[in-house]
Amino acid sequence: MSTASIDTAPIDTASRRVPPLGGFNLTMLSIELKRVLRNRRTVIFSLILPTALFFVITSNDKTWASPVGSGNEAAYIMISMALYGAALTAAAAGSMVALERALGWSRQLRLTPLNPVAYIIVKALVALTMGAFAIAVVNLSGLVQGRAEMPTDVWILSAVVTLFCTLTFAALGVFIGYVVPGENTMQILGPGLALLSFLGGVFWPLTEGTLVWHVAVFTPMYGVAEVARAPLTHELPWYAAVNAALWLAIFVGGAAWRMAKDTARV
Amino acid sequence: MTSTDTLTRTTAVRLAGVTKSFGPVDAVRGIDLTLEQGETVAFLGPNGAGKTTTIDMILGLSQPTSGTAEVLGMPPRHAIARGLVSAVMQTGGLLKDLSVRETVEYTASLFADTRSVDEVLADAGITEIADRKVAKCSGGEQQRLRFAMALLSDPALLLLDEPTTGMDVEGRRAFWSAIRRDAEQGRTVLFATHYLEEADQYADRIVLISHGRIVADGTGAEIKALASGRTLRATLPDADTDTLAALDGVTGVEVRGDSVLLHTKDSDTVARYLLTQTPARDLEITAKGLEDAFLSLTGDAR
Repeated sequence: MSTASIDTAPIDTASRRVPPLGGFNLTMLSIELKRVLRNRRTVIFSLILPTALFFVITSNDKTWASPVGSGNEAAYIMISMALYGAALTAAAAGSMVALERALGWSRQLRLTPLNPVAYIIVKALVALTMGAFAIAVVNLSGLVQGRAEMPTDVWILSAVVTLFCTLTFAALGVFIGYVVPGENTMQILGPGLALLSFLGGVFWPLTEGTLVWHVAVFTPMYGVAEVARAPLTHELPWYAAVNAALWLAIFVGGAAWRMAKDTARV
Repeated sequence: MTSTDTLTRTTAVRLAGVTKSFGPVDAVRGIDLTLEQGETVAFLGPNGAGKTTTIDMILGLSQPTSGTAEVLGMPPRHAIARGLVSAVMQTGGLLKDLSVRETVEYTASLFADTRSVDEVLADAGITEIADRKVAKCSGGEQQRLRFAMALLSDPALLLLDEPTTGMDVEGRRAFWSAIRRDAEQGRTVLFATHYLEEADQYADRIVLISHGRIVADGTGAEIKALASGRTLRATLPDADTDTLAALDGVTGVEVRGDSVLLHTKDSDTVARYLLTQTPARDLEITAKGLEDAFLSLTGDAR
């Protein structure tokens, strides 16, 4: 039966579709990646600084060629620096979540079909991609310099393990972003991660049994560093594995807790 | 278009007994509201009246404590997922490090059906600044960008929260003429404002809200009548309140010591009566503002 209204043509609500994958799409992902890459501070601290540190440390290290596990000391340093760079980038990417919420962007996104889960997945992918960039830059530098030596499969495996270790710091970035909101987040995360890297034996080797070692084994960088280097060293103390798992759980839990608290009024 | 005819009369918004409490604070205390498609409705009330809270529930950003909210015959989140509802917010909601075009592209990528980015940029008059960073845009340009984002999905319902804050007179006029054009296409528009003038000029219907309740609902003329009364104050010992209350247009009489206060819609008649038929002196006449109208209306509603 045709009883169309004469005055107005109403908008046909039945023809409208819901986007697939909760709104997840590559346009959004590429714009998000561009945003991180355009941030000069993030690029300097997470791509250039770790590479520079790698060159400085290996150049001044007289024992760079001494064997470690299935490779040498330069390879050990390279994996550590890649982890540091990737952790910093991932944390920077994670800290954007809280900033976006403070700017009202998250609320704006809630007025679109974008599913909150799809949003978190995009953020995690951005953190992982940036982490992969950081790891690739340091590893390529190591390859060009020629001092780092380890079997190719160990090389690849350690890079992949390092990449997954960065998720811990993406969660840390989200968490700290909420605790210290605004543009200051990176000013806490930058020096904070450097300090944790020192403590956790990323910048220098820890001697088992010393006072510093007793403190270090409880700090968040220690576990992931041991895990990332395990393919090379063939060593992974049980407390290092527990450390890595616990800090991941703590940071993910903290991030989830702050986010849930913040959702009361979007 | 015959298949859509049955949808012609789907209500745009239906709120039934909606309340919202934040802990001990009752922000919305029971609102029943139905908006038909194609209506332009002003949500008028002072700050803190519950306008934004109600809009949040229509958008599905928050859940009513009790009652139900329905948009175009479906739960608000379902309507949002289909791009049927959009909102333009007062402030924020933009990423400063994106360009204008990137912001629109980003938003467009999230919907299943959208208009073209170029078309929307042109409609909002921001084609020339498309490559500019949002941080470098003026308040008015940012507002036009928000408007462009809201119109991307060609929504059936558009919610505007204090939309013209920060706009100059010219921008305000252009903004409203664009909104009117949309309404003629069948789009329902609900805007929150605390300016009676804006509500009267641009809305077909005004819903007056105060202390979380609807206190009046009608055309601009009807609402203005509520706010158009005057108060007369005179020194008149032993006033005959019954006679005064019976005068044409008098809606209230109060005695405070030797003074008498009269609320009326026809101040001339009452003034003439007081000065000629009674020993009243020190006569003062004050216009009853919108705030007074709110106060008297909420007083009645309690």
